[in-house]
Amino acid sequence: MTDIGPTMKRLLLTLLLLFLPASNAFAALDPALVRQLAAEESDDKIAAIHRLGTSAGAEAAKVLKAMADDELLVAGDAVFLFDGERAVDAASGAAIEPAPETYESITVNNRVRSELSNALAALKLYDADRGVRLAAATELQSNAGIGMVPVLAAALAKETDAEIRALLKQAHAQANLANPDVAARLAAVESLAESASPATRGLLLPLLEAANEPDATVREAAAQAVEAIEARLAFGEILGQVFSGLSLGSILLLAALGLAITYGVMGVINMAHGELLMVGAYATYFMQTLFRAYLPEYVDWYLLAAIPVAFLAAALVGMLLERTVIRRLYGRPLETLLATWGLSLILIQAARMLFGAQNVEVANPVWMSGGVEVMAGMVLPWNRIVIIGFTLFVLALMWVLMQKTRLGLFVRAVTQNRPMAGCVGVPTARVDTLAFGLGAGIAGLGGVALSQIANVGPDMGQGYIVDSFLVVVLGGVGQLAGAVWAALGLGVVTKFLEGWSGAVIAKIVVLVIVIVFIQKRPQGLFALKGRFVDN
Amino acid sequence: MRTPFTLRFLAAMPRSGWIAMGCFAVVTLLLMPALHLFVPESSPFHMSNYAITLGGKIMCYAIVAVAMDLVWGYAGILSLGHGVFFALGGYAFGMYLMREIGTDGSYHSHLPDFMVFLDWKELPWYWAGSDSFVWALILVLAVPAVVAYVFGYFAFRSRIKGVYFSIITQALTFAAMLLFFRNETGFGGNNGFTDFKRILGHDITSPEMRATLFALSALVLMLTLLAGRYLAMSKFGRVLAAIRDAESRVMFIGYNPLHYKLFIWTVSAMLCGIAGALYVPQVGIINPGEMSPANSIEIAIWVAVGGRGTLIGPVIGAGLVNAFKSFFTVAFPEYWLFFLGALFVGVTLWLPEGVVGLWKRIRARVAA
Repeated sequence: MTDIGPTMKRLLLTLLLLFLPASNAFAALDPALVRQLAAEESDDKIAAIHRLGTSAGAEAAKVLKAMADDELLVAGDAVFLFDGERAVDAASGAAIEPAPETYESITVNNRVRSELSNALAALKLYDADRGVRLAAATELQSNAGIGMVPVLAAALAKETDAEIRALLKQAHAQANLANPDVAARLAAVESLAESASPATRGLLLPLLEAANEPDATVREAAAQAVEAIEARLAFGEILGQVFSGLSLGSILLLAALGLAITYGVMGVINMAHGELLMVGAYATYFMQTLFRAYLPEYVDWYLLAAIPVAFLAAALVGMLLERTVIRRLYGRPLETLLATWGLSLILIQAARMLFGAQNVEVANPVWMSGGVEVMAGMVLPWNRIVIIGFTLFVLALMWVLMQKTRLGLFVRAVTQNRPMAGCVGVPTARVDTLAFGLGAGIAGLGGVALSQIANVGPDMGQGYIVDSFLVVVLGGVGQLAGAVWAALGLGVVTKFLEGWSGAVIAKIVVLVIVIVFIQKRPQGLFALKGRFVDN
Repeated sequence: MRTPFTLRFLAAMPRSGWIAMGCFAVVTLLLMPALHLFVPESSPFHMSNYAITLGGKIMCYAIVAVAMDLVWGYAGILSLGHGVFFALGGYAFGMYLMREIGTDGSYHSHLPDFMVFLDWKELPWYWAGSDSFVWALILVLAVPAVVAYVFGYFAFRSRIKGVYFSIITQALTFAAMLLFFRNETGFGGNNGFTDFKRILGHDITSPEMRATLFALSALVLMLTLLAGRYLAMSKFGRVLAAIRDAESRVMFIGYNPLHYKLFIWTVSAMLCGIAGALYVPQVGIINPGEMSPANSIEIAIWVAVGGRGTLIGPVIGAGLVNAFKSFFTVAFPEYWLFFLGALFVGVTLWLPEGVVGLWKRIRARVAA
């Protein structure tokens, strides 16, 4: 039994080190420990690094940092480093006079280097600053080895912040997966089961095989843990799809609200409606340029200024179209379709000549970039959250306008029965223009929202006319509630189908669904009550 | 006693119509192909390659315009998706043309080049039989017909009409375009079909083939006009026009509009398919761009410019608009969209009956 294997040797050394008196972080480091950093074997070096890592002091950090930078030097028995011109003993911090003539730096191979960076990160776990601790804990997520267990356990005992604690617990469990002790492994697996990240799942998967994990109970626990994580991942995915569906739905809603009003009031489809979105988006771009040039200190607030500008610009264009063209085609809806298509071609080409055929850059303001992390690996971007909120705001505004104002009353009256409304004195022609302006203005607001998540270019409106019309068809004509349900429903269904079958098939399936739906409910989800004769 | 078919057929057009048709037949079936084939290129009377291809192309468009007029002018159904039937016919014949390339493609495989590129080992099932000319002709008619029939059945059955129907057809062509853009669909994705070599073993670029295709387009156009005229004058056409003007009343009298609409809709789609099949060998390419909503809506403007419900109007409209397009896109490419847009607006505002209507008004004024 003279041959002691390297593993055994390492174990013995670790045990030995555990019984050494813990060095006081205030003053010097344990000289034996520091000398061990210069040992021949990598295993010995690593053991010393771990011990120094738990000692949690500025001195230890300095020494390890120096070692990582290849600036920890050895001359005979002395381990030292240069502090400026002065050579200082690494353990005691005392100056060495005279500085040794010949010395060499401690060899650091890749394995030792990764342990060093872990230990340095671990030392940061004791930093007073919460941000530094958080960053360190995050860094340890990916590469915590068995050697880090005591460090992490110690840090965990001291940590009070919930977010950092969670990260530490995760890292601790990861590190424990390689623990020779079955109970520790089991505890680790059970602790990891609470996670929801694909990385953890990848970590646990190998444990399902007997070759990697000899103990059956641990294997069983690992299988359960993987199952739990997968369920959580699936839930997260569904949540993500619902969210992106809602944000797509709110864009659709902004595009469709205006269309629903004009279609409801006048019975015409405005094919240039998508181009009114474009007008709104270019108005946003215009405001951004203006702010950058004249008010650079408030540039983050250009978006707020863009909202009324986009509304007015689109509303003006819309009212102009209504006065000059659409009004003259009253009662000929199919011709209106063609004429407004012609108008959309003109608007597109005009945008191309004014702003260039290329997409223009519209930046998210700082307060809209980034996102909220609701669970591991799932970030909800701020710009989409803001858009959903903005849509709610527009919707509320619309509701008040339609239900509580005189104009809203007139619009509803004309939608229900134009000749009757005219008979009782509603100025239908003016209501037409105003309603068209309102619908166009809301499309302009949609353009503002769209500029924050999609490209702004001359053709950007083209893709929205069919989708927003489907919303109007599904929701029922002139129905705010119908449009809301239809837009959100279409958005969510589209996103689910996209996740399942790809964007193209999703588009086709949605179309088929809408056609089948119309078979059952020709008047849409929410039909106006009353008796109608068609034509 | 019923009037015999021939007599009824002859009565479908006034004498002047038959004379005009005869003149058109002489010019397009004899004169122009002869000018292309037998007059030397140096002569000012020679029909150039460009001219004969452009002429053939415009006649294909004219067939589509007549087909569109049948549904829009006579049945009041504005389709914004007729491009899809045109493209389906083109793709159906394009499959045959791709197979006729044989092993002369860049990869010298018996598979079309794009399939080699996708690393496919054999033809997908729906390509079966595509090397047969007869099967290709059947597909050219059957595919648009089946698509139109199924789509029309569900749409007309639930009495979707007016702008609803228009937008749904636009969505149809948009979805089809997206589908054909995918490489996995098996029709060449983005690039579609091109680099055709021959039809029935004959070189596709030879003057004889060009002249033949040109004459064939003219023949089909004339037959389409005749058939359309006959349909419009028949009892069927009357019922159709009645449905256009007051669908509910027609139903109350006891007709079922579904059958009438479905029939004309399917016939129109088949005509578009034939036009597409004639178009593809002449221009030498078919790609999903033909299914873009903008293309389909342009068909409507040809009809509107010429005059709805006149059959001859759409032919004139298709010719005028496309001649303008050929001129504008070369001379002022920047302003073509402005012009086209203004055309859409102007024609709907001031020329609701198109050029034919204008001509009638002028004649009426002169006569008065």
